[in-house]
Amino acid sequence: MDNSPQSISPPSVDVGVDPISQGDVEIETYQVVRPDGSFDADRVPDVDDEALRDLYRWMLLQRVYDNRATKLQRRGRLGTVASGRGQEAAIIGSGFALSQDDWIFPYGREAGALLMHGLSMRDLLLYWRGIEDASKMEGANIFGMAISIGSHIPLATGKAWGMQLAGEESIAFANLGDGATSTGAFHEGMNFAGVLDAPAVYFCQNNQYAISLPFEKQTNADTVAQKALAYGVDGIRVDGNDVLAVYNAVSKARERALEGNPVLVEAVTYRRGAHTTSDDPTRYRSEEEVDEWEKRDPLERYQAFLEETGRWDDIDEEAIREEVEEEFSAAVDAADEFEERGIEEIFSYLHEETPPELQRQLEEFRELLEERPDMYEYIETRPKG
Amino acid sequence: MAAEPDSQTETAADESTGETESLTLVQAVRDGLHTEMSRDEDVVVMGEDVGKNGGVFRATEGLYDEFGENRVIDTPLAESGIVGTAIGMAAYGMRPVPEMQFLGFIYPAFDQIVSHAARLRTRSRGRFTCPMVIRAPYGGGIRAPEHHSESSEAMFVHQPGLKVVIPSTPYDAKGLLASAIRSPDPVLFLEPKLIYRAFREDVPSESYEVPLGEAAVRREGSDVSVYTWGAMTRPTLEAAENLESEGIDAEVIDLRTLSPLDEETIVDSFEKTGRAAVVHEAPKTGGLGAEIAATLQEESLLYQEAPVERVTGFDTPFPLYALEDYYLPEAARIEDGIRNAAEF
Repeated sequence: MDNSPQSISPPSVDVGVDPISQGDVEIETYQVVRPDGSFDADRVPDVDDEALRDLYRWMLLQRVYDNRATKLQRRGRLGTVASGRGQEAAIIGSGFALSQDDWIFPYGREAGALLMHGLSMRDLLLYWRGIEDASKMEGANIFGMAISIGSHIPLATGKAWGMQLAGEESIAFANLGDGATSTGAFHEGMNFAGVLDAPAVYFCQNNQYAISLPFEKQTNADTVAQKALAYGVDGIRVDGNDVLAVYNAVSKARERALEGNPVLVEAVTYRRGAHTTSDDPTRYRSEEEVDEWEKRDPLERYQAFLEETGRWDDIDEEAIREEVEEEFSAAVDAADEFEERGIEEIFSYLHEETPPELQRQLEEFRELLEERPDMYEYIETRPKG
Repeated sequence: MAAEPDSQTETAADESTGETESLTLVQAVRDGLHTEMSRDEDVVVMGEDVGKNGGVFRATEGLYDEFGENRVIDTPLAESGIVGTAIGMAAYGMRPVPEMQFLGFIYPAFDQIVSHAARLRTRSRGRFTCPMVIRAPYGGGIRAPEHHSESSEAMFVHQPGLKVVIPSTPYDAKGLLASAIRSPDPVLFLEPKLIYRAFREDVPSESYEVPLGEAAVRREGSDVSVYTWGAMTRPTLEAAENLESEGIDAEVIDLRTLSPLDEETIVDSFEKTGRAAVVHEAPKTGGLGAEIAATLQEESLLYQEAPVERVTGFDTPFPLYALEDYYLPEAARIEDGIRNAAEF
């Protein structure tokens, strides 16, 4: 028999216990330009017209890059790629708010932000072609792509902390999706950031899907931004399809981070394409839903703002499009010219000094390939299972 | 072309209707899940994208529609959470089959596997058990991005209390999965995704088991014993066929269960041939090849006529896909290894 107090007299009188729950904290979604193109003049960032035009150019570049990369993959000339279609404002608005000295911890969809940060488009394409050299992310403060979802969050925290200890005036900036917020690494990295006052910004592009899982099944929390409070860091929720809002939000977050207040920014947006080129989203979401978000297109909204403020006339959209198309073609040509890869790349960089057994494995394999050139043929023609 | 592996020598089902269906390996996994879920309502499937989407490789296709969201559970993105929750369900008496989308993403769950799943029975002195099967596609060769191609089976074989199973044919995939799900203890069930759709085989429609812990002789031979598993079975058979013209008669053994190893079959074959090669795509050092070589030494030293050859992946991380074909052992390298063992 259950003689515990609970079984005898369940508490029925109000003794003043008042749990906190969803909805107790109201979180505003920051906006500058509304979906209909109207905007809040006080919130327009104080940047020159050229910068405002650049923002458009970069968003267009992101869109062209995603289209072309996807097509390239379809023709077998690129590996699996993840598109940022629909997220252009989140990607570009955030990238535009960073300093070249900041470190980006990328998550895969933010081509435009990485290119803006100094990465060459050739190298980005080579990375998705499975070329080891491209993982260097040469010439830009960019860490390796976080293919293991969420695993990079503590790394960004550590990098930021190190930068702070060294007295640098820059931040670590981690991109992540809504799926990553479920991982242990995210929780641990965020908590550490709070404890260490790390100068870091965690930019969650909440595109509503982790492959097929909709955001409402990813977490029972109403927002990602509210999680900031639990970690003792600042939080911002921003309309991720409003490039000026994202730019302002991340600029503010960066400023706070430099003061020792890490910030979790949630940009509410939508992944209009597939998760990657291996995915078929028609299996798990409706066309109506996708259409609904297409109406909130970030480029169109920004164009409306530019038109409204008389800046659109100075923008030759066709010319920009042609220019970025050419830029992409040139990058593909450069990637095609990249010399054939050698097997030593598998072995190099694993240790500062290659241990004897590993050296032996490399040499034996090299000898085998010299003796048996037919192996190359096999390797090139082998069908994929 | 490799010879079609023939696993039809297995004892068939209890209630044979004789009906079969020609299935790929991944379809056989799906069929195995379906069969087990139909016969036991405690069996639940859970993981990332296993529900509505039917799994990224379609291994759970249609199960969500048939069994509903309480038995085919789309989980948040967190491997540790998926496995940890499954362990709790198993301890309660369910038979969860959590999926890791790729073996390369299992590591956050490593803590749950080694700290809880593998030792739940012993640390609770038999009060709780963990009848759970973690499914994970493993291995390279499909031009996937980083972390999508690992073969880290040895890490799990090293963990006491955990069984590790790898099918190499559709027939075995279904039968081994059934045995794994019915097993009273936790099983890591690794699926060679390179051959998920590489060939078809007649698979009985009804329920049947292929017992855990039993290797299969895929090709009988008298000169060299070649031990392998998973996606390496086909190129190994191909190598064995190629070597016939050189007068080398290789026996190819598909281990199927890596933990516990079928020592009897391993040793019997070696005592016949006196020579051995092990083929695996995982790195060489600390791999299963070493365990097999040591077993042969312990059990059959006086039969041994040559060093045990290891044809394996290199002691490096699996490369990005531009170089992956160089990393994976293929028929020519395997031939060389078998030849070395035969001609020593």
